Amino acid sequence: MAEIERYIPLVGQSIIDDLKLLGERLKGKVIQHVNSTPVGGGVAEILSHMVPLLRELGVDTKWDVIKGGEQFFGVTKKFHNALHGRTEEITQRDFEVFMETSQQNIENLDTYGDVVFIHDPQPIALVKKRSANKWLWRCHIDVSNPNEKVWGFLMDFIAQFDSAVFSAPAFSRKLPIRQFLIPPSIDPLSDKNKELPQEMIDSVLKKYDIKKDKPIITQISRFDRLKDPIGVIEAYLQVKKYINCQLILAGGTAEDDPEGFKVLGEVKEKAKNDPDIHILILPQNDIEINALQRASDIIIQKSIREGFGLTVAEALWKAKPVVASNVGGIPLQIKHKYSGLLCHSVQGASFAIKQLLSSPEYAKKLGENGREHIKNNFLITRHLRDYMLLFLSLYHPEDVVHLC
Amino acid sequence: MPELIRTREPFRFCTRLHLSELTGLRATTLGQLLALIKEVPGSSIYHHTHRFLQQHQYLSPEPPNDFAYWVTDILGEDELGERLVSIDTIQYSTIRDLRDKIASTIESYLNDNPLAKMKFARAGEEFHFIKSVSFILPTNYIAYDLSEFAEVLKKITIDSIYFHIFEARLRLEKPTNDFAFWIENSLGDKKLANNISSFDPYTGTLEDLRKKIIRMVERRIA
Repeated sequence: MAEIERYIPLVGQSIIDDLKLLGERLKGKVIQHVNSTPVGGGVAEILSHMVPLLRELGVDTKWDVIKGGEQFFGVTKKFHNALHGRTEEITQRDFEVFMETSQQNIENLDTYGDVVFIHDPQPIALVKKRSANKWLWRCHIDVSNPNEKVWGFLMDFIAQFDSAVFSAPAFSRKLPIRQFLIPPSIDPLSDKNKELPQEMIDSVLKKYDIKKDKPIITQISRFDRLKDPIGVIEAYLQVKKYINCQLILAGGTAEDDPEGFKVLGEVKEKAKNDPDIHILILPQNDIEINALQRASDIIIQKSIREGFGLTVAEALWKAKPVVASNVGGIPLQIKHKYSGLLCHSVQGASFAIKQLLSSPEYAKKLGENGREHIKNNFLITRHLRDYMLLFLSLYHPEDVVHLC
Repeated sequence: MPELIRTREPFRFCTRLHLSELTGLRATTLGQLLALIKEVPGSSIYHHTHRFLQQHQYLSPEPPNDFAYWVTDILGEDELGERLVSIDTIQYSTIRDLRDKIASTIESYLNDNPLAKMKFARAGEEFHFIKSVSFILPTNYIAYDLSEFAEVLKKITIDSIYFHIFEARLRLEKPTNDFAFWIENSLGDKKLANNISSFDPYTGTLEDLRKKIIRMVERRIA
């Protein structure tokens, strides 16, 4: 059976039929994705699922990765933090390092696609070699309050694209090019989201010596300050005063994130006296992440900034009650008190966790509503449709496009 | 069972898929919201009065438009929110008319309640104007009579039903929805056409709408 057909039981035949209709309209076009890492982080994860499906739908899709050393990724991490609004000292040398590596990529990476689809700022300078083909820039970052120096630097490149894509309306700014809203998605059939037998969930808990003798609160995230793992521990400690519970902080690190190990050290230090805090390093172990989410009573995502927060969609898809910060794309996924609880602080997070642990029926209802919302709006099939429409929009500037 | 009339020209089901285009325009106060409602493209007014129908299929009754939701939940102006909620969208045959009604509703509220002009949305809770870009594609489904019509209605996407009921009428400015038009003009069944064009499709979910039309058609051919 073709891979795309496996989604029919989840979303219905007619949704897949629509995708095939769109695929036919893109025959003959080569779509070339370019990003900065083949594994780790949300972008690589989405691409690894989408590229084969787009090919099956008849869209000739390629995926290339730029090269860069530690110094380059150190700078792009600073850019990333600065675009998220964090205070970073950006020097002239940083821009020079960025441009030196970019120049090497411009020389070595062939931009052969009819549509070149650039993901995030790291490969953005490739647009300098644009010719008659179409260019898209996909920004996965929350740029609602960016460092203006970095944003200004990037604007010189952004203005050369045909269109830009953002994950949430709040990230949009006045731009001289068209910009579209396309939230990311989760793949319900991936190892991270598929149904798991109870024995497998139990075996993962056993492997990490986690007993189900008290409620489990879990945050799945890279060890990154913007995910506020320290704030999660503080919220947990406030809950623990009243309700005996345990905390799992689990995640990996990405190749383009040199800061991760430092943050992990700080988290371990903060947690060292509490045996009920489980810090798990799970690089690319999707089945185990899936099992931990399913074993949890509450999922937390206490990010300070968030491009989108796919872990929220993952948890809601598993019908878990979620407590998450009201930032980035999270409010698109959670309608407060209907499909989860939104918070703005450590105190707010701990209050919401206490509320859910004390009212399991309410928690269950929030999880069920959340799953339905994800099913309708945040599965990979919707994302495939949006991307194909986006490619078509490059050839049709009007608001109502008749493809009859 | 009455004999089914078969048409020479079948009903060809289309689907409408939409992409959300960001405008970069945002409002923090009611005054800004009003000014932008008057100037944004019609496709943005359309987006904010129809988005909920497609994105929140499980909520019933649906919040009918984004303006009402923002005014109520973010600015706390419940009375204006209620006035915006109760705008009878089905009565307006063009986006222009609908835009004028929304703008005049806010204007009149601001005249009566000048203090409402002072309220600001918190950072991160501004109203962001978005446009709907529609792509209309023919599907492989066609129907020559009411029996085939009902069968296809059970299979097609919600997007297709949405297109023929909402978008064809309001955005493409047709006099009635596509289903009623075909049933009246090709099948000559004025009564069923009237039934399908006379109910308010804005007050339920899209799945409810699908079931309701199927029920009407099946009752007619039973």
